[in-house]
Amino acid sequence: MAVDVNKPKPITLDTFTRGIWKENPVFVMLLGMCPVLAVTNSTMNALAMGLATMFVLVCSSTLVSLMRHLIPKQVRIATYIVIIATFVTIVDYLIQAISLELYKALGAFIQLIVVNCIILGRAEAYASKHRVTKAVVNAVGMGVGFAIGLLALGTVRELLGSGTLLGFSVFGSSFQPWAIMVLPPGGFFVLGSWLLLFSWLEERKTRKSEEAEIEGEVAHGA
Amino acid sequence: MSTEGQIPNLEQPPGPGKIIKVLGGVAMLSGLLVVLTYQLTLPTIMENRRIAREKAVLSVIPGATSFIEFMLSEHEGLIRVKADGSTKVPEGMVDPVYAGYDNAGQFMGVALEAGAQGYQDVVRTLYGYSPPCECIVGMTVLESKETPGLGDKVETDPDFIANFKALEAKLSGDKKALANPIETVKHGTKKHPWQIDAISGSTVTSNAIGKGLNNSAQRLLPLLRYHLDEFEIEQ
Repeated sequence: MAVDVNKPKPITLDTFTRGIWKENPVFVMLLGMCPVLAVTNSTMNALAMGLATMFVLVCSSTLVSLMRHLIPKQVRIATYIVIIATFVTIVDYLIQAISLELYKALGAFIQLIVVNCIILGRAEAYASKHRVTKAVVNAVGMGVGFAIGLLALGTVRELLGSGTLLGFSVFGSSFQPWAIMVLPPGGFFVLGSWLLLFSWLEERKTRKSEEAEIEGEVAHGA
Repeated sequence: MSTEGQIPNLEQPPGPGKIIKVLGGVAMLSGLLVVLTYQLTLPTIMENRRIAREKAVLSVIPGATSFIEFMLSEHEGLIRVKADGSTKVPEGMVDPVYAGYDNAGQFMGVALEAGAQGYQDVVRTLYGYSPPCECIVGMTVLESKETPGLGDKVETDPDFIANFKALEAKLSGDKKALANPIETVKHGTKKHPWQIDAISGSTVTSNAIGKGLNNSAQRLLPLLRYHLDEFEIEQ
């Protein structure tokens, strides 16, 4: 992530989509696996966790970016943690105010957003080195990428494990729910399957571009 | 860090004053934001909690449409909890007692709390007790971290919930304990009205609920016996 601080590059679509595809926190960087595995037993929980994390990520990135010239680098981690913890506490109260049931379902994982490495990672590697707008766009992209990752697991696990989607029955009453999918092992199974799919796609892409290169060289040589 | 200052062309390390200023400033900003959110969301959160508790209480006392909160203290008897939260909590064991009333103000029964160790953590339940029938007339799970898909069936399985329509909780001859302890039996082997038919596959959680109900009823019902007339009050 070598970026020249003196010459700010303009915001491109890549600033935003980087977090969704190329550097997806769940499927590419494999960061923040604890909530990914723990609270994706239903689509609703996954969505709520994704939104909560995105809120903390965007707010803390904004504040860190705004204060990037003020914070001495000797105490930057302490400062970031205080900033992140503040927004996590805010999100904690907001969710309690929105729905107690949701709050109960997410349990300790809301408080654990404090130690989510995506957020501290973004603050340290991006927000502290970029302008506010750029940091916000990047944080939103990462947040969306994380939420997509959670939803990808949450929908599959809810469909297979309870036969429902957002609580509505999909397969009808004859479907025998695959209870293991909503249990912790199911989280590993589904995550593993998604990773397999993505690495297969990646490998296919590399192979194709290699083949294209070889063909190009041959054509050039002839 | 101290050597850095002597090398030219390098950034001067910030003095302790600046570091303290930044950390203090961030901490103050953080405090401000947290307190602001807390103050703004507190009324909504309290209201949510009240609604959740009201729903639970009314669901375990059939026919009840309103309730009054009491405290049952082992030393000082039954105390009515004031709505403004100014009630002094006496020393020793204190249990919440919710008395339910129907539309006409008729006393319908009480809701009591119970809890016992389940598979993961303590399963906390609320149950309704009807004094004329001397039985448990409803049960709902307040808090449970049981395995989804297995242990949480105790909240949804209709056959299991049917156990708590009229679960016998009669006091023994000397009125000091239950005549027959409430117990959970293996699925399909329920013979007596004081037994709970377990869910196969959720045996541990079913047992925890039975154990919690038994402990709570054994301790609270003999105490409550002396105060039953106090519930028959004007609302």
